[in-house]
Amino acid sequence: MSEPHRLPSPIVNAENQAFWQAAQEDKLILKLCHACKQVHYYPRTICPHCGSNDTTWVSSEGLGEIYSFTVMRRGVEFPFAMAYVLLKEGISLLTHLTNCDFNEIRIGQKVKVVFQVTQDGQNTHLFEPLN
Amino acid sequence: MSFSNNACIAGIYEHPLRVAPNHTVAQLHAEVAYGALQDAGLTLNDVDGYFCAGDAPGMGPVAMVDYLGLKKVSYLDSTDLGGASYLAHVGHAARAIATGQCKVALITLAGRPKSEGSSGTQVRSHHASAPDFAFEKPYSPAPLNTYAMCAMRHMHEFGTTSEQLAWIKVAASHHAQHNPNALLKDVLTVEDVLASPMIADPLHRADCCVVTDSGGALLVVHPDIAKSLKKPVVTIMGAAESAKGQIGGKVDLTYSGVAWTGPRAFAEAKLTPAQIRYASIYDSFTITVLIQLEDLGFCKKGEGGKFVENGQLISGKGTLAFNTDGGGLCNNHPANRGGMTKVIEAVRQLRGEAHPAVQVPHLEFALASGIGGALGTRHGAATLIMGRL
Repeated sequence: MSEPHRLPSPIVNAENQAFWQAAQEDKLILKLCHACKQVHYYPRTICPHCGSNDTTWVSSEGLGEIYSFTVMRRGVEFPFAMAYVLLKEGISLLTHLTNCDFNEIRIGQKVKVVFQVTQDGQNTHLFEPLN
Repeated sequence: MSFSNNACIAGIYEHPLRVAPNHTVAQLHAEVAYGALQDAGLTLNDVDGYFCAGDAPGMGPVAMVDYLGLKKVSYLDSTDLGGASYLAHVGHAARAIATGQCKVALITLAGRPKSEGSSGTQVRSHHASAPDFAFEKPYSPAPLNTYAMCAMRHMHEFGTTSEQLAWIKVAASHHAQHNPNALLKDVLTVEDVLASPMIADPLHRADCCVVTDSGGALLVVHPDIAKSLKKPVVTIMGAAESAKGQIGGKVDLTYSGVAWTGPRAFAEAKLTPAQIRYASIYDSFTITVLIQLEDLGFCKKGEGGKFVENGQLISGKGTLAFNTDGGGLCNNHPANRGGMTKVIEAVRQLRGEAHPAVQVPHLEFALASGIGGALGTRHGAATLIMGRL
């Protein structure tokens, strides 16, 4: 058996390390702004919606639906399904879809977060269809 | 404040090579600079403004001013909006000239992605400090897959079809057959496009632009200088730029930053889309063209598919002639940055210098529109409207 293909690792920095630490525990967290009450992505210390620095980490169930996707079939070592997943919280994040038939993916399909280890051992978030 | 008609494009040059393994990037910049100067009838000593973007080698304008031997530069600009940079540069140069900062602005672009093995399926290099790429690196965002997601969403929301997207390539190929320098000169059918390999659903290989080594240059000058030269005078009537990203996660892939720059450029030019018969539309992929045509107001949002089908973008046949040099889809996409050649072909059209088979007769106005970076994540956008005096 060959080793499963591992994705490239994210870049952990001072501003995003809590996000990636949570991913190590298979948890998806997002940034909520107390001033404008809106969630944003990708997470920042200063809210991109209103400019407030009164932002805090909140946990997400990781439930949402596929906003758009593509199957990268050529020019890559392994085909993969890239997507924007629109979370219930109202923000979309760039990700991969997994545990599914790439030819059966549909926009609007309900998905949930799963975590996968990347090349340097850091977990990252992917999504799989519900049911 | 409007700067309309306070500057002119007096020199253009597109490098004839499409593969240049034995050139350096700096050398290509210099060759296109001299090409544009010769086209205008000016010399290097006339240049007092210099503009370049991220394709320029070394420390950009600092390296290139020294390499070229520019001796009296009083205005520099290295704004980088990816492939849309050069449209933004024209707008900046027009404003600099209108406010007396310089009189002859040279804009150069060149690169060798073909010789260096670049492909649209590759992840572009990012600085380690890029805040967005920190989150996106695991997913290998490349030009192909990020633009493909825009096409997929457009199809879902508006019923746009692969056949309609293919018509954009077909139109470009009809034009490229008349361009002896075009990388791809074969006329394609919709069936040919759909039969090409699927790279990233729903984009086929033929939905993609070419990868070429090449370059181009422009000279933007004071109207008094333009009127003293031999070429027909092309004036800058409107210019606008912006940038669009993921809006804090409120992602909407159905429109581009051109939805903001198009109306502003039209307002400055005091024109409407109905008055434009030739448009250079950035064509990194077929979907890039479709979304810009809608955002510019040539048709309603969602109706781009109907607007482009059945040869409507073919010069002499359809309602709007586009990319009559063959565009990035067939002719040239130097340095993976297509904005420069968009301006060049628009100027050729206004001068009456396009190939006779694709020249739009009695053309008064032309538009150039650009998207740089990735439509599906973050991109720069710029619109230029030009006229013949």
